[in-house]
Amino acid sequence: MIPELGHFALMLALGLALVQGIMPIVGTRSNDPVLMSIAGPAALAQFAFVAMAFTALAVSYVTSDFSVLNVYENSNTQMPLIYRLTSIWGNHEGSMMLWVSILTFFGALVAAFGTNLPVVLKANALAVQAWIAAAFELFILMTSNPFVRIPNAPFEGQDLNPILQDPGLAFHPPMLYLGYVGFSISFSFAIAALIEGRIDAAWARWVRPWVLGAWMCLTLGIAGGSYWAYYELGWGGFWFWDPVENASLMPWLAGTALLHSAVVMEKRGALKIWTILLAILTFSLSLIGTFLVRSGVLTSVHAFAVDPRRGIFILGILVVFIGGALALYAWRAPLLKQGGLFAPISREGALVFNNLFLTTACATVLVGTLYPLALEALTGAKISVGPPFFDLTFGPLFIPLMAVMPFGPLMGWKRGDLLGAAQRLLAAAMLAALATAAAFALEHGGPMMAPFGVGVAVFVMAGAVTDIAERTLVLRLPLRAALRRALGLPRSAWGTTFAHFGIGVTLMGIVGVTAWGSERIAEIKPGASLDIAHYRVTFDGTFDRAGSNYRDVVGRFTVHRLNGELIGNMQPSRRAFPDRNMATTEAALMSRGVNQLYISIGDPNKDGSVPVRLYFKPYVLMIWLGAGIMFVGGALSLSDRRLRVGAPRPAKARARGVPQPAE
Amino acid sequence: MTRKQRRLTLIGGGLAVLAVAVGLMLNAFRDSIVFFNSPSDVVEKHVEPGTRIRLGGLVKDGSLVRGNNLNVRFEVTDGKTEIPVTYTGVLPDLFREGQGVVAEGTLDGGGVFNADTILAKHDETYMPKEVADALKKSGHWKDDYAQRAAMPIGGGSK
Repeated sequence: MIPELGHFALMLALGLALVQGIMPIVGTRSNDPVLMSIAGPAALAQFAFVAMAFTALAVSYVTSDFSVLNVYENSNTQMPLIYRLTSIWGNHEGSMMLWVSILTFFGALVAAFGTNLPVVLKANALAVQAWIAAAFELFILMTSNPFVRIPNAPFEGQDLNPILQDPGLAFHPPMLYLGYVGFSISFSFAIAALIEGRIDAAWARWVRPWVLGAWMCLTLGIAGGSYWAYYELGWGGFWFWDPVENASLMPWLAGTALLHSAVVMEKRGALKIWTILLAILTFSLSLIGTFLVRSGVLTSVHAFAVDPRRGIFILGILVVFIGGALALYAWRAPLLKQGGLFAPISREGALVFNNLFLTTACATVLVGTLYPLALEALTGAKISVGPPFFDLTFGPLFIPLMAVMPFGPLMGWKRGDLLGAAQRLLAAAMLAALATAAAFALEHGGPMMAPFGVGVAVFVMAGAVTDIAERTLVLRLPLRAALRRALGLPRSAWGTTFAHFGIGVTLMGIVGVTAWGSERIAEIKPGASLDIAHYRVTFDGTFDRAGSNYRDVVGRFTVHRLNGELIGNMQPSRRAFPDRNMATTEAALMSRGVNQLYISIGDPNKDGSVPVRLYFKPYVLMIWLGAGIMFVGGALSLSDRRLRVGAPRPAKARARGVPQPAE
Repeated sequence: MTRKQRRLTLIGGGLAVLAVAVGLMLNAFRDSIVFFNSPSDVVEKHVEPGTRIRLGGLVKDGSLVRGNNLNVRFEVTDGKTEIPVTYTGVLPDLFREGQGVVAEGTLDGGGVFNADTILAKHDETYMPKEVADALKKSGHWKDDYAQRAAMPIGGGSK
């Protein structure tokens, strides 16, 4: 009964989405406030019904209702409750349900909290949001219905792919989806602005919190996925330039650009047309990501089932939405008035530089990801574009961006003082030079460029600190006065500092682990040991351990410093899942500051020896730590007073030419 | 600067960055693209020793020999042609005889493929698409591969 209710609720949601997608548009065309006001309640109701459908699916999973095909295929009574819940999105149908749930959730948020939005903008934006929702609800109902029943319910379900039975997966896909789908709001607002043919600085102020929220979730989602791949796949890599990873990186790059161009638009009223285009492109890249991951074009752990109809359907959605949006853009964008003059050397100029490099870097990732698909479709040749391609293209574009980043916040609006900024960054630059020299002196091996990478990373971090030091005058005023200034700073200023500092931390981690990481691969017998970096790792032997739905063969390793000091134990294992006749590698990690020791083992041989992969990963934790700091920066910025209470009321927004508060 | 000059500076800067990016990409495409070949392709196309390729097919039943120090040797087949492969390291979790595999590396002069990377991806239903296509092409695709992969397989992972 419950699955049927869920199915029915989803159909009703589709109906409501159609109402929400058509009526408000008719209303804005005919200037009918009643029709326009339908949008809000419809969005709320649509979310309620989608939430009902999602809950119905969740209930089926929790109660292990194996008469539902989707539950039977992906769940099992032996699995702990948490994995029964996460297996909802560990499969195609369920993950699409999650997608739509988040999409309608955002629509409902706009409806509920967008009380001071202009009526026309809100009506149009919610209508666009409803088109997207309708398309995906139709997709689920027609090709990926999660509520399909099996006539004779089996007693026990199959299992979730063991590699997905992991805490990392509980959190990675929802975060990623919050990011992907969060960009739908800026898309809807951009389309609404184009439909209306009018846009102003206030638009950027309304849209920015949504972009920021989506960007924060995407940042955490990507970092979480990267950490999951790092410890679960047993290879110790944090980023593989896999198309599926690229699919999440591209919206992040475009979204980061959007975040910055929206600042220019909000403060200075410039870059309007460009910001609109970025809003469209960012969500388009999210859609392309969904298509790449879900259509089965790419075979990977994420491609749950290959059904050509699904691929074609999503491709259709893609063509209609991206093509439609860009066509609308080409037609209407010339109507939008440009404003806000600025010199090339200025805060705006720096943000344009940021946008230029971010979007170009994004384009190289897109080319590298799609080229093999295009080539195969056109000529039939099968190629792979691997990490070397991205190292050679993405790297050279990203490093200049990093090096210039600290200058941005120190520039004035309209006309900046490059020399002045350089002077204020002198301390940061000296610190960076010092770090480079230290890296040359202390670290051995690795590429020649690596110490310079460290220098750039330190420059970014120190530059972020410089910015905040300049604003608080911490070195010139007495501490108390500086502290008072620090508390008085807008939180968005702290947000910028944190986010910029965070990317520096991440860069440092990437440079460090790539350049100076080391590995040992060997087959060792109990009692034997391997040396790596400053550590000696001794293999003590294996023992068996039973888990809820798996068996472990655990290898016991003791770690000493080379000088003999005992540090601790590590217990990597081979985990066998009898239900699927499948084994996974459970790596053991030991953190030493921001460095990690990493061990994964293979199946033991008959003589008791095991194949061992032993890695020393210097600085590796900084990669994800930096992402966490970026998230905090986003959160600080999101909690800024002007976004909480200062969103301009329509009356104020109409009075143009009011000077924006200087910052 | 006039408005026009400013705009030109912006556009010029944008084009310059794009040009650099295109240059970087073309350069990278020249050096870092790896072609996929089935064993038959390797023979028919006379792939030069030393060229980096991906070799994909099935691990021939009974061909896996484990040597000392994690050296392994096995044969990759597409039903028509077999190519011996050597690899040093830990094989992926899903590496099995009779299953699909993709190896990346170079051929040596004696026709042995020295792999430095072995991909047998994360999912047990995963038959690399390239491998499936290559098998279909050589006429050795059986519909039961997909089913067989989805079913529990006897024999275990060793």
